[in-house]
Amino acid sequence: MNLVQLLVDSLALGSQYSLVALGIGLIFGVMRMINFAQGDLITFGAYMLVVPTVSDVAPPMIAALPTPLLIAATIAVVALAALLTERLAFRSVRRKGADGPTLLITSFAIGYFIQSVILFLNTGRPKSVSILPELSQQIVFAGVRVALVDLVTIIASLGLLLTVGLFLNRTRGGIALRAAAEDFLMARLIGVKADRVIAVAFLVSGALAGAVTLMFVAKTGVLDFRMGVPLAIAGFVATVIGGMGSLTGAVLGGFALGLASTLLQSLLPPDLRPARDAFLYGLVILVLLVRPQGLFVFGPGRERV
Amino acid sequence: MNLLSVKGLSVRYGPIIAVRHLDLDVDVGEIVCLVGPNGAGKSSSTLAIAGALLPSAGTIHLDGKDIARQPAERLAMAGVSLVPEGRRIFGRMTVQDNLIAACLPGRRPFDDPEIFSLFPILRERMGQFAGLLSGGEQQQLAIARAMLRKPRLMIVDEPSLGLSPRFVDIVFGALRQLRNQGVSLLVVEQSARRALGLADRIYLMRSGEVVMTGRSGSLAQDPEFEAAYFGKEAAR
Repeated sequence: MNLVQLLVDSLALGSQYSLVALGIGLIFGVMRMINFAQGDLITFGAYMLVVPTVSDVAPPMIAALPTPLLIAATIAVVALAALLTERLAFRSVRRKGADGPTLLITSFAIGYFIQSVILFLNTGRPKSVSILPELSQQIVFAGVRVALVDLVTIIASLGLLLTVGLFLNRTRGGIALRAAAEDFLMARLIGVKADRVIAVAFLVSGALAGAVTLMFVAKTGVLDFRMGVPLAIAGFVATVIGGMGSLTGAVLGGFALGLASTLLQSLLPPDLRPARDAFLYGLVILVLLVRPQGLFVFGPGRERV
Repeated sequence: MNLLSVKGLSVRYGPIIAVRHLDLDVDVGEIVCLVGPNGAGKSSSTLAIAGALLPSAGTIHLDGKDIARQPAERLAMAGVSLVPEGRRIFGRMTVQDNLIAACLPGRRPFDDPEIFSLFPILRERMGQFAGLLSGGEQQQLAIARAMLRKPRLMIVDEPSLGLSPRFVDIVFGALRQLRNQGVSLLVVEQSARRALGLADRIYLMRSGEVVMTGRSGSLAQDPEFEAAYFGKEAAR
């Protein structure tokens, strides 16, 4: 496998993982909760692309919109769904003084709820949907033929990561969010509104999930009611190997996981490739044994969220 | 006139009672010290007044309005600022971001000149991570952060803890200056000697209760005060 090809593949996969990891990390920062429903929000966005139906061929819904509207609508519905999970479920659980584990179980419940509703409306058979067909071509890049969708995924992800970074570092709302992530009570004592800062974290996290929906479906063209689960697990693992509580670590962890996955895919003998994820997560366990604090945490973390 | 009026305040952690029937007033432009040994319930009282802990009984009035059940962020807007025990600055953020996080629209800008005239060192440290500041600098940052909301009542929990005498002088000087500008202060202090030097009035707490109260001038002369601080057994 060519080096450029390998780089593009791993960056494309890694950028999806890092967007999921960033979404999980943002919410973990302000609530000390791992939101496993993050993956099912991605699934929800994907199914909103088509009209819900039990038949095998689904007519397009959001997918029928022109490209700019399609992108905006997908991101908007997923961000809105994320906000709703906060408003309708997490907020009342949190108000009752629930701790991290209780909130974690709540996130599982929300995830399964989303999956079950999708299953009921659409059946469990995978469906195909075509969005952003202009991305399905191959282009020659640095002398190698690569899928345009991978390049666009990488560029869009870097843009999103940069935007979130600027928001967190350069705006009052973002700085308040970081303050709340570092010491929630102290942030409230200086007047940062708890409910608002958590809602903002869900909104940003949901928008990132919506972006991942677009990248994932544009690449695979397949809908499955459990499609988001492996992404949520990868994103969670990325936050752990990156160093729980560090957003930069979560992003780097996502890219590291993407690179490791792609490397294993191309280096493993063909007979072992179906067991790639066993090797991948074995590697993760190894990393955690050696560096339980995370790969990318050096001394006092700089940008703990 | 009473700015803060606390009546019958009790704070419990499960079955443990940390504060029992606390009555306490702070007048406008007054420094009141809460003195007492470790575990006397001083910090729990400040946390309850600032809205970080829900009291199990009692009323807390600010300007005549009952605030006992108001959440911390609402009280921060209403003019109550707590500088809690251990300062709790945001160590992984820069000094500047610590200040920006505390800015409210329409109040002071984060680079308010008055704050820098009180704490000139902060201007030099703006770009540094707050966690890398010395203890004395962190305490100055914590007070500056609390000042940004133009509080009417500032509650400072153990500002002198772990500071060298030079920094204690800077911090106490700043607290007196705030008082002179009309801010009321409730200061927790473990050292009775330092409290006598700073406060207009003192409440002495032991085991969750106020055991003695009075003006600093009269308590300083009172042999009972030291005895009450250390407990009757120790004094004998």
